[in-house]
Amino acid sequence: MSQPIIKAENISFSYNLTPVLHSISINISKGEFIGIIGPNGSGKSTLLKLLGGVLTADSGNFSFNGTDYREHKRKQLARSITWVAQDHPMVFPFKVSEVVLMGRHPYLSPFTFEGEEDIEIVKNAMERTQTLQFAQRGFNEISGGEKQRVMIAGAIAQEPDVMILDEPTSALDIKYQIQILNILKQLNEDEGMTVILAMHDLHLASKFCDRLILLDHGQVFQDGSPEEVLRKEHIEKVYGIEVQIIRDQGGKIIISPVTLCTQ
Amino acid sequence: MNHTLNKQKHYVTIIGLFFLLFVVTLLITPMIGPTDINLGKALSNDIPFKENVDANIMFLARVPRIFLAALTGAALSVAGAVFQSLLRNDLAAPFTLGVSSGAALGAVIAISLGLSYTIFGISTVPIAAFLGALGAITLVFSLARTRTGEFPTTVLLLAGVTANFFFAAMVMFIHYLSDFTQSFRIVRWLMGGLDITDYKTLLSICPMIVIGFVTLMFISRDLNLMSTGIQSAMSRGVDTVKTQKIGFLMASLLTGTVVAVSGPIGFVGLIVPHIIRLIVGPDLRLLLPASIFFGASFLILCDTVARTIIAPTEIPVGIITAMLGGPFFVWLLKRPKT
Repeated sequence: MSQPIIKAENISFSYNLTPVLHSISINISKGEFIGIIGPNGSGKSTLLKLLGGVLTADSGNFSFNGTDYREHKRKQLARSITWVAQDHPMVFPFKVSEVVLMGRHPYLSPFTFEGEEDIEIVKNAMERTQTLQFAQRGFNEISGGEKQRVMIAGAIAQEPDVMILDEPTSALDIKYQIQILNILKQLNEDEGMTVILAMHDLHLASKFCDRLILLDHGQVFQDGSPEEVLRKEHIEKVYGIEVQIIRDQGGKIIISPVTLCTQ
Repeated sequence: MNHTLNKQKHYVTIIGLFFLLFVVTLLITPMIGPTDINLGKALSNDIPFKENVDANIMFLARVPRIFLAALTGAALSVAGAVFQSLLRNDLAAPFTLGVSSGAALGAVIAISLGLSYTIFGISTVPIAAFLGALGAITLVFSLARTRTGEFPTTVLLLAGVTANFFFAAMVMFIHYLSDFTQSFRIVRWLMGGLDITDYKTLLSICPMIVIGFVTLMFISRDLNLMSTGIQSAMSRGVDTVKTQKIGFLMASLLTGTVVAVSGPIGFVGLIVPHIIRLIVGPDLRLLLPASIFFGASFLILCDTVARTIIAPTEIPVGIITAMLGGPFFVWLLKRPKT
């Protein structure tokens, strides 16, 4: 395995004295497609924000390409790592194209406009995410799935090595979920982009991810291939429900609850 | 497609049009007033200036007042737009946040303590007003911010109202302790007026206003990103702490400087950014310069109404902007959100 692109050692984090993550250690290599799974409140979002550099850990070492996160300048880090939020409240009536153009921010000097090259990059990003057709519409006028694709287009325009996404598929129907995962998979396969995303759907996680990290109460419970992580005993322990493992046509794991009726 | 994505192409045209509006306003409004003046006579060199009544009205009464209206309108509009972005709430403005009354308190303290002397060419009153404005925004910012870093409308407005009441009470207290002449001056000034000014005052506030404008234009793209969320902005490479500090500092400088001279003129900083946003969109690279010219024109026109509507009596311009701003604010609160 090559030198890890992101290295986290003994990371701990608390929100106002409430501990969220305890001594987490993860190495991430270039080109991986990693799913972060775990129950609500297990610390997925926080871990992703730390990986994305939008939160700073209380203790532990966090390095990107061998250098501590805090030693990278904001703009410099933004050229390598991008983090996409779960939802996208927008107070002001920015157009879709303007939101994607914001992805070019780390490459521009103060008070300049995007040049022809930036516009070309943004157009490509919008084509890949099939958002170009509504480029001139208001961001607040489009659907949740479309918004998510627009934000991913903005992240692509940032030309990062690592893309981190906080539950990009959770609020979407199955068609949009697959659409978004396909876009990410393509980026990963065509350009070797490292993708790290939080997910709730364990079947889709087993289908799309090469590696899964299962969090439980702010700690890494399991870290490995979907086959290693998605075992009956692991899921039952962490989620506290009785499950059975089923296989889909491609042999991928489906987690199904055993008891359907409620007491 | 490239054409519609590329903003730079429209930039000069859009800003040029707003500049044109400003120039036209500047040329027309000195002619309007309770006394008719003869332009030919006012600009004539044949009559000595002291004896030329038309020139006196034009250049000693109207023109400085119009320039002060321009500076005040522009500064309050830009400050409003910046507060709105940093707080991610389009109801934020110097007046609604209590920043204007904080500035007023600073200025009133400086005036009543007899501190109005000049250091290095800068009067202490604008500095006191700037500190008051900065104190107010710091207070409102820390009161209204939720744990997740958002600024919900209800909380923000309540914090603004609280700050307003508090500063108003302090001003009233000082007012109560002051003698009759001082008291009259304070009341008249608090109503917001542009009539007591001269070229020296205008020149003394120019540097601070220019510094404010230039610095804010410099961080305008960072401010755009801040308005989409702190963490998203970080992930796009914005140094959010620095942007927040510079933004609040400069918006307070603009507010404090003009409030020190013109009094707390309300609602300009709320109305102008909204109108401009409807015309040029929310991108601050366009919105800020457009707000400078439109805000200047807007307050000049409001002041022209103020000095002519019940001529020969002139009413403080703050009354006109509040009469326009009140209903506008209600409309903003009640409008359907998409």
